[in-house]
Amino acid sequence: MSDHEYTPSSKFGKWFNDRLPLLTLANHLTDYPTPKNLNYWWTFGGILTFCLITQIVTGLVLAMHYIAHADMAFSSVEHIMRDVNYGWLLRYVHANGASMFFLAVYIHIFRSLFYGSYKSPREIIWILGIIIYLLMMAAAFMGYVLPWGQMSFWGATVITNLFSAIPLVGESITTWLWGGYSVDNPTLTRFFTLHYLIPFLILGLVVLHIWALHVPGNNNPVGIDIKKPSKDTVPFHPYIVIKDAFALLMFCIVFALFVFYQPNILGHADNYIEADPLVTPAHIVPEWYLLPFYAILRSVPDKLMGVVAMLSAILILAALPWLDTSKVRSAVFRPLFRQFYWILVADVLILGYVGAMPAEGLYLLIARVATAYYFAHFLIILPVLGWKEKTTPLPLSITEPVLGGSPNLAAARSDEKIEKTIK
Amino acid sequence: MSDQKDEKKTNRRDFLFTATAAAGAVGVGAAVWPLVDQMNPDASVKALASTEVDVSSMQPGQSLTVLWRGKPVFIKRRTDDEIKKARAVDVNDLKHPEKDEDRAKNPEWLVMLGICTHLGCVPLTDKGDYDGWFCPCHGSHYDTSGRIRKGPAPTNMEIPKYEFVNTNTIKIG
Repeated sequence: MSDHEYTPSSKFGKWFNDRLPLLTLANHLTDYPTPKNLNYWWTFGGILTFCLITQIVTGLVLAMHYIAHADMAFSSVEHIMRDVNYGWLLRYVHANGASMFFLAVYIHIFRSLFYGSYKSPREIIWILGIIIYLLMMAAAFMGYVLPWGQMSFWGATVITNLFSAIPLVGESITTWLWGGYSVDNPTLTRFFTLHYLIPFLILGLVVLHIWALHVPGNNNPVGIDIKKPSKDTVPFHPYIVIKDAFALLMFCIVFALFVFYQPNILGHADNYIEADPLVTPAHIVPEWYLLPFYAILRSVPDKLMGVVAMLSAILILAALPWLDTSKVRSAVFRPLFRQFYWILVADVLILGYVGAMPAEGLYLLIARVATAYYFAHFLIILPVLGWKEKTTPLPLSITEPVLGGSPNLAAARSDEKIEKTIK
Repeated sequence: MSDQKDEKKTNRRDFLFTATAAAGAVGVGAAVWPLVDQMNPDASVKALASTEVDVSSMQPGQSLTVLWRGKPVFIKRRTDDEIKKARAVDVNDLKHPEKDEDRAKNPEWLVMLGICTHLGCVPLTDKGDYDGWFCPCHGSHYDTSGRIRKGPAPTNMEIPKYEFVNTNTIKIG
């Protein structure tokens, strides 16, 4: 937060700002001091905001043509694709937009994991982020049901049946979720309502997420606390704005490649067959962004424990600020943690891969080992590491290792950007 | 409230606070319940509770899938061989011990919900290691009595309420 009082220059501005301090807020956002060494991994917050707005805008217009009824949903989607002006574009942007959203959120999460952005004093930002991530999964899942294709129907059946694993009340909860005795029209209409609602909940949480971020300010690649504003910071506008904008353009190129050249590559052909409650597709697979969790679900041979393991895999992240006992934030100064970090990245990618494969033989074995490692990383490796690991010395400021002729080569090497900024 | 002692004792105001909160909680609960209960199956869904099926044309070994309450129901006219296989199993070896005699009152006819008890997929008929049903989703194998023999499903496929209205017609529900 900038400390100085802001006074609008115009008379009207002053009059307005005294009554509703929107200009003070705008001034805070533009002057907001950011660490000068933020690298491109820090641009994904802006990219995610763009993704959310894209989904809301395209979703809004798609809802003008879509019909949430079991008999009409499938053909209304085809109607959008064939008859509605630019309907194909809007739907492909919305469908691929979901994948792009998750791609960006995974990079954003793994950036936090690498640079220790979840640690004190940023635990609330992190937990808000986990809630947003959970809501994103709920929205994505329900959105995938709306076209009422075979994968929609059977994906909905499998996921809602997860609740039947709850002892005693499981069956009643599942019936309540369905509004019947199976996934049917009542299920579709309520999923549509919730799919429409959740993005706005996410929007509200994003505001809180940013608000909570602006209290301590951004973490940075070196992970040390910095004075704000100081030589170590630059104002958000224009420095970060222009950097975010450039990254966003690069991201949009990838986005456009999917939308215009491979719009269906991330989907399943089965979803172009209308839902049939009598025939289950040979191989039910969720969308790619849910595969690691699907692999964890299937790796446990017990129904209830499988569901518990899958949910724990996500919820364990909320406890991360307390599981990671190391006082040093950035992996740059944690040689051992850095290695385990990359093993975790590989582990999650492996889980994603086996999640797409049939749950048998070698795939099942790999899924089990990878699941065990995933939990071991958070429950054993991180707590022990914070206690045992010898970290390399931290610089006193972002500028110091570059200008102060510090002997701390690790800091200087790890962040060549600092030098560039200085030049 | 004048001296320190009174403050620690429960007084009339505390009672009023508790009573107000309790009455408020009941009121909120009553107001929220319709919002929750509207999601339960409605009258039109419940009205479709039973289905009658004509099975006169079915030959031994054939099976039929019908829709009941939006769920598939398997009707299988079992061959002698299939019945023998189902009855030869030692019940104690099963994950979910149930006698075939209890599952198929009339041994020739097996009527059950065609829904895998794992996560609700529809198993494939005459497939799997036990020549009964096989669920393609997560690999559960069922025997000729629809009992779980291998895989993640916790229980046997469910037997719905049904009766023979006459020799050719089964009423489910």
